[in-house]
Amino acid sequence: MEQEIKLTKLASCAGCGAKVGAGVLAQLLDGLPVHTDPNLLVGFDKSDDAAVYRLSDELALVQTVDFFPPIADDPYLFGQIAAANALSDIYAMGGEPKLALNLLCVPKNMPDHAVQDILRGGYDKVYEAGAVIAGGHSILDEEPKYGLCVTGFVHPDQVLTNAGAQPNDVLLLTKPLGAGILTTAAKADLCPEDVLAGVFARMAVLNKAARDAMVRFRVHACTDITGFGLLGHALELAQGGDVRLQIDTAAVDIPTEALEFARMGLLPEGMYRNRRYAEPFVDAGETVLEVQDALYDPQTSGGLLIAVHPGDADALLAALQKTVPSAQRVGTVETYTGGARIILR
Amino acid sequence: MIDARGYSCPMPVVMVQKEVKKNAPDTLEVLVDDPCAVENITRFASNNGYEASSRPTGDDEFALTLVRKA
Repeated sequence: MEQEIKLTKLASCAGCGAKVGAGVLAQLLDGLPVHTDPNLLVGFDKSDDAAVYRLSDELALVQTVDFFPPIADDPYLFGQIAAANALSDIYAMGGEPKLALNLLCVPKNMPDHAVQDILRGGYDKVYEAGAVIAGGHSILDEEPKYGLCVTGFVHPDQVLTNAGAQPNDVLLLTKPLGAGILTTAAKADLCPEDVLAGVFARMAVLNKAARDAMVRFRVHACTDITGFGLLGHALELAQGGDVRLQIDTAAVDIPTEALEFARMGLLPEGMYRNRRYAEPFVDAGETVLEVQDALYDPQTSGGLLIAVHPGDADALLAALQKTVPSAQRVGTVETYTGGARIILR
Repeated sequence: MIDARGYSCPMPVVMVQKEVKKNAPDTLEVLVDDPCAVENITRFASNNGYEASSRPTGDDEFALTLVRKA
């Protein structure tokens, strides 16, 4: 009989929650030399989702890398989620992924079939994305980790960064929140199986359909929601565009179980980290604590946060809802006049 | 008294929750060595009729005292 393994038991922190905090990251990068190249359209100085390099007037390269420890116990599912998450950075820039390389860390004693299942999950997602896996690199490590380095392409004039949101833009969000809280509850076997299955299924969904819909409209800025949570990534969007965001908390899709677990104190460490980082820039108003928790909750392979021209918002939302039924209108962009960058109401 | 040292989140707060449900103590002392557990237990306490205070007791070790609100 094949040996059953529970992947998450091998990981000290899971999924994008394993990310180094935004504040810490800024400190670590501070002081490193930034060499410029006129063709490097987006580099790491902008805290964006992927790097963009212009090859010609018609073509730019989009490149990203993302990997993390297991978020799901099932190796095939973990592979799918890690791949969907890595591919998402390309979609968030408005690009199309074409080529991927595996990044794999495996413990010595991990059964071969489990390693193969992780890789198979990755291959299947990359194939679904219309890209190919062309190789990779694997090393022995005490804790398993998997992800991809992905190369994609975009027209240099159609790059979507997190700088560019304009006053009066409408904010759309394409996936529900709460994944970090629900997977934390699952570690204590408290999350109902069907709820957890829904969380993992959403993580494995590619942001391809959302990207394909949005590039047909006047989208000014976009980012994907991952380890820094909705408010951490929204803050990058607000600072990047020098604007203020107004978020309608009632319109954000948060599973009721996530709110319940938040009240019980079943919160991932990353939530507190994200809160400490972004809270000074957020006016939470009367928003109850558990809703705030969900807005700071680190997501793994979360949805896209899109700032779209107000004249195109209804049409984009209608287009999204055909292929991405979870897409919602969650707020608006305003002129920044000082004070908080994000207003919750 | 609950010794949750050596347990990482969310287990410490789950242990506290079980004890509160089972015995509804007037006061409860909890030892943890995960800073996240301090925040989670404090959050649980404030939503469940307790007031929590914490103090460091060593390198990355904390003692929490939960007192049931009148």
